[in-house]
Amino acid sequence: MVDVTLQPNRVGTTHAARRRNGLRNALGRKSTVAFLMALPLIILIGVLVVYPAFYALHLATLNKSMSKFVGFGNFEFLFKREIFWMVVRQSCLFAISAVIFKALIGFIVAHFVHNVPAKKQRKWRGMLLVPWVIPPAMSTLAWLWLFDPSYSAFNYTLGLFGIGPISWLGEIGWARFSVILVNVWYGAPFFMIMYLAALKSVPEQLYEAAAIDGANWWQRIWYVTLPMMRNIIAITTLFSLIVTFANFDITRILTNGGPLDHTHLFATWAFRVGIESSDIPLGASVSLFMFPILAIAAVFILRDISKRGNEA
Amino acid sequence: MSTVAIDKAGPTRKIKYRSMSRDRTWALRWSYFFLVLFAIFSLTPPIYMLITSLKSSAEISAATNPWWVFHPTLSNYAELLTSNQFLRFFWNSAWISIIVVTITMLISVPAAFALARMKFWGSATLATGVFLTYLIPDTLLFIPLFKMFALFGDWTGIQLINRWYVLLFIYPTLTVPFCTWIMIGYFASIPKELDEAAIIDGASWFQTLTRIFIPVALPGLIAATIFAFTVSWAQYLYPLVFTTSTDQLVLPVGITTTLIKGDVFNWGQIMTGALLGAAPPLIIYAFLMDYYIAGLTAGATKG
Repeated sequence: MVDVTLQPNRVGTTHAARRRNGLRNALGRKSTVAFLMALPLIILIGVLVVYPAFYALHLATLNKSMSKFVGFGNFEFLFKREIFWMVVRQSCLFAISAVIFKALIGFIVAHFVHNVPAKKQRKWRGMLLVPWVIPPAMSTLAWLWLFDPSYSAFNYTLGLFGIGPISWLGEIGWARFSVILVNVWYGAPFFMIMYLAALKSVPEQLYEAAAIDGANWWQRIWYVTLPMMRNIIAITTLFSLIVTFANFDITRILTNGGPLDHTHLFATWAFRVGIESSDIPLGASVSLFMFPILAIAAVFILRDISKRGNEA
Repeated sequence: MSTVAIDKAGPTRKIKYRSMSRDRTWALRWSYFFLVLFAIFSLTPPIYMLITSLKSSAEISAATNPWWVFHPTLSNYAELLTSNQFLRFFWNSAWISIIVVTITMLISVPAAFALARMKFWGSATLATGVFLTYLIPDTLLFIPLFKMFALFGDWTGIQLINRWYVLLFIYPTLTVPFCTWIMIGYFASIPKELDEAAIIDGASWFQTLTRIFIPVALPGLIAATIFAFTVSWAQYLYPLVFTTSTDQLVLPVGITTTLIKGDVFNWGQIMTGALLGAAPPLIIYAFLMDYYIAGLTAGATKG
């Protein structure tokens, strides 16, 4: 648009004037202005996201004092240690089971909220989203207190039913259960909101058609709702898988990796090794193991974006 | 033949209709029942925070019913709100969040405008790249970033580690990509005729942005602002890594490191602190719930 309005001016000017205006024209050109507007973003991403990501790769090849190149030495060291494989197993168990439960609970709750008359939906949605709103570090403190072995609410309540005090964060099995429970509590509302938005976008006629064809509620969900929501479910699950895999706050505050390092995730162990024991290269190597899941997600999302681009 | 069919269809349809409505009332009752269960599950921790914050230490350690306050007291609140240390955490958090929101908006709104409307070489790639950067978790970057800022201090003599303002450089890496991404979505949904009309009337690109795009996309802008604020308020890992002195800490880290002294947990104060730390996002959420949810769903549905 701008280029068109500039045309008459350009025709009228002499060569000398054109050269003088050369810089101004370049600055006034649409693409230059656009580039300058996006420049802070490019610098920020380049310097503080892309560069550190590659710097992590470089760090991972150094020895502890960062004076010598050791190639894959850090990784070889990690692969030989039992605790590393424990962290791998726990990270996978944590991320996969938490995401499955978040997705299931989110899906079920979204259906219940969707069933309620439209006027009351706002109120329920508002209440159910509270876990997502509270900063996770703060709400995890509340969970830590709920799990407290001697004075806490859970064991008191269970005691009323005659169930003995459970050492929620002291036993390996229960500790694993607790971190997953808190993560599900925190993340399920996000799924609920996404699914609710998706449910509302399914045309009512499809359900009417299904009802006329005699579909029961299960068939309606399986043949109408799920196919219509497939995209949102995929994107939300993928996104949540990344965030859960990289989770730090909950495990750090609740168990700090304990009992005996059985609940460490990549993030908390990388923090323990890299910052607390100041072995930065080893910490960087540990955190790099979060990269594969990211790469898989990136491939799927890029495919999705290009597909949408083709449709448009 | 056809009349018979209609007669037959009449009553069966009626019965089916009645049974469907009965199904619906039952479905509704079950929905309410489970919603109440889930609401209890969601609200237990915050409510328990509130209950504990109203108790004295003596009542917390007594073996009374933990779900009820027998002698409510505001002493925990009075103690924390007059403690210079706690107020310092609060102000650090507040200042950092407000400045980060400003920086985020100044970077992401022009960039989103440029990427949504003014194409340049590589702009489509950059838009995708912005979304991918949003997916890179903080837990992958904290170690190299820490080393980078430490080296920066060694080279230039400007010490940034253990200063609260170092977080002003780091938080935008979390907020800018997502805010840019949702603003691209909002800007792209504005009809092209609007900005064409503005440019025909002689508006510059800057004027088009400030007079047309920002007012029209205001809901998106509010959603992005809320997102940036809640993310910087809730961030826990970066301040834990970058700041250690008690006068440089932000609220979440301050509460977990100073109120827990060794094995002594002063639960009344911890819960009060946690509740006060959760209050700003909760208040924003209570008043601007629709914008909050719009921002939440925009990431996946608008992209």
